[in-house]
Amino acid sequence: MLLSCENVRKTFGTTVVLDDLSLRVDEHQVVALIGASGSGKSTLLRCVNLLTDIDDGTIRLDGEDITDPRVDPDEVRQRIGMVFQSYNLFPHMTVLRNITLAPERVHRRPAAEIREQAMEWLGRVGLADKADSYPDRLSGGQQQRVAIVRSLVNSPRLLLLDEVTSALDPELVGEVLTMIRGLKDEGMTMVLATHEMGFARQVADQVVFLDGGRVLEAGPPERVLGDPTEPRTRQFLARIIEAGRL
Amino acid sequence: MAGRHWRGSRAVVTTPFHQPSEIQRGRIAYRRRQTIRSVLLAALSTGIVGVLLAVAVTGAPGWERVKQSFFSPEVAWRYLPEILDGLWLNVRLLVVCAGLALALGLLIATLRTLRGPVFFPVRALATGYTYTFRGLPLIIVIYLMAFGIPGLRLQGTPGVLVLGGAALVITYGAYLAEVFRAGIESVHPSQLAAARSLGLTYRQTMRHVVLPQAIRRVAPPLLNDTVALQKDVGLVSLAGPIDAVRAAQIGVAQDANYTPYIVAGVLFVLLALPLIGVTDWVTLRAARRQSAGS
Amino acid sequence: MASRNILAALSSAAILVTALAGCAPADEASPSPSASSGASCAPGGLDTRQAGKLTIGTDNPAYEPWFSDNKPDNGKGFESAVAYQVADRLGYPAQNVVWTQVTFNNAIAPGPKAFDFDINQFSITPERRKAVDFSSPYYLVRQTVIGIKGSKIAGAKSIAELASAKLGAQVGTTSYQAITELIKPSTQPQVFNNNDDAKAALENKQIDGIVVDLPTAFYMTAAELDNGVIVGQLPQVGVPETFGLVLDLGSPLTRCVSEAVDKLREDGTLTALEKQWLAATGGAPELS
Repeated sequence: MLLSCENVRKTFGTTVVLDDLSLRVDEHQVVALIGASGSGKSTLLRCVNLLTDIDDGTIRLDGEDITDPRVDPDEVRQRIGMVFQSYNLFPHMTVLRNITLAPERVHRRPAAEIREQAMEWLGRVGLADKADSYPDRLSGGQQQRVAIVRSLVNSPRLLLLDEVTSALDPELVGEVLTMIRGLKDEGMTMVLATHEMGFARQVADQVVFLDGGRVLEAGPPERVLGDPTEPRTRQFLARIIEAGRL
Repeated sequence: MAGRHWRGSRAVVTTPFHQPSEIQRGRIAYRRRQTIRSVLLAALSTGIVGVLLAVAVTGAPGWERVKQSFFSPEVAWRYLPEILDGLWLNVRLLVVCAGLALALGLLIATLRTLRGPVFFPVRALATGYTYTFRGLPLIIVIYLMAFGIPGLRLQGTPGVLVLGGAALVITYGAYLAEVFRAGIESVHPSQLAAARSLGLTYRQTMRHVVLPQAIRRVAPPLLNDTVALQKDVGLVSLAGPIDAVRAAQIGVAQDANYTPYIVAGVLFVLLALPLIGVTDWVTLRAARRQSAGS
Repeated sequence: MASRNILAALSSAAILVTALAGCAPADEASPSPSASSGASCAPGGLDTRQAGKLTIGTDNPAYEPWFSDNKPDNGKGFESAVAYQVADRLGYPAQNVVWTQVTFNNAIAPGPKAFDFDINQFSITPERRKAVDFSSPYYLVRQTVIGIKGSKIAGAKSIAELASAKLGAQVGTTSYQAITELIKPSTQPQVFNNNDDAKAALENKQIDGIVVDLPTAFYMTAAELDNGVIVGQLPQVGVPETFGLVLDLGSPLTRCVSEAVDKLREDGTLTALEKQWLAATGGAPELS
């Protein structure tokens, strides 16, 4: 078991965003988080990545309690990669520098080695010719793929993807999803928050439906997306189908 | 008609050479005629207004006296060397004080963003400093430092130029600190989130991700403040050194003629032009990079 | 369309010219400087700014020994006394005298004046005459170098010994010119807005000495500076430097005021006042 969230609770002011939430992710598993806006998907990912402190509960990575205050969060984040909805590439650096910054500074690997690895990754996703371009020259889909590469060069144990296609034009979504599928094939453990139900069905081993800060329903995609037990899950999916996203 | 493509369809039929239709040629010709006409009209009206103004000003009864009092070439020529000497002092002070003030401002701004309770006294001092020295008039600071401090007869008190320069650095540092702080806070928190997610420490994040972006964002107001500093460095002349304005003042008093002030003014504007040009260029460049993918 | 624009432009230009011509400053009908049209100096009946009153200007602070206690209207101090004497000869007793504050440099700058005459240790120079009128001189000036006891110039006996000194003076004064034209030190002189700042710099040992007129030198070293010392008087070069009252360029009062000053000199009043207020100014060493 790679990641385990046990009875996690998070409030912002008086609003309870995560309420006694428990979740298990095994190694090489892909878990899709679905739910309405405000159901806590992004907050959960930020808590796993220790960008936000939890108010109660425990999160374990590889068995280690990472929510212990004595744990160094920077060190934990080296083992977890995160990709954001708005790509968050560093605009003042080239694509290549975006990718090589962390391995150089954090892991202190030699520059030549990282450069080679970065170029190899960029080549694999067809962006080698953009290595010396600045992010503002790339399309949304290209930026997001660079962001994913950036999160991978540290060889993380776990990859968190927070609605990574929501900001993209429809014709660009495909290339990002293809890349994620490729990662799954290579055995990357991933937790992705997404609205792309079709993609979730294809790629996820487990689909988790969040509602009101709790896991309302969890299970294999055919069941949760095809024939859910909970009425609220059905309601949510009905709305998604209406919007044409399924 | 050769070369046609359908709008909205993926298939585009292109031809190697597109001939404009007669209608289009007519439109082009019309627009060209209109452009020529507007240019001529602009030139004509500018010419008329220019001539009228020139006639009105030089024909006015007081013009001779104004010309003599403000634009006398002999007086300008006589005091130009001294004013240039003074201007050299202004330039040297500007370079040193601007550099130090920028460094101080950046330091204070960074200190104010330090988190953690152990840094509270540091944050408090930095905040107090920016409040105090943005409120204190520069003249008072200069008088206190250039006259007051030497009056204490402490060991190793530096000379007036150093003290005056220090007054400028301390006062402008406070303004620049606030500009830097605004820049730092304007960097979107998602940038920080991304950097921290990569495992970068807070200090690494600041150094590689936040500060480079912050500085680029506030380069225009920073340069603006530097142009203002260029004028204020002359205030060290209160303590004795002769800067361009003081040299002009001496000339004005000696010859009872205001031309030296005009000369000094023109030189200051000329000095500011390159800096203003750089400011505009940096602003344009920054605007391009600003919103990439955030 | 274009013709309408041209018409609009031309008509607004015409309006502009008319407006400008209308606002053109009427040249002040300046009376030729020397002719006061032969009018006699009727006591108390001069063409003053305020009818029946004489407005006299001076700076603030008004320094000793020229004034006393920074109150020009108490009649104490050499220049205050001279001013009241001149006013009296013109037919304006003390109660008809009004004082107004004018900074040193503003008084000798070109432009209309807010006073009838100004008394503030103004040396008469040809350049200043281009901007203002002067009365006959009322005092003979000597520029003097003062310093602090024990400084490197304290024992100087000649101008040559001041060559490496850092000297200071007030801006726009003949004292400053004395430094640049007579002493010509190798270090650039320091210039101050007023003598108070110069004095502070001297006390702070930022400069070695300052140049002021002789009576001011005496007063400063005696009463204001700790361990102040008069280094020496500068030699009189060319035309002797004198103080005169300042009046507006081409003022109708110049002739009458000059006559009043001449009378004070002739009947010994000036000498008596010098003896009374500037008694200590004897025996200062001379620099060669």
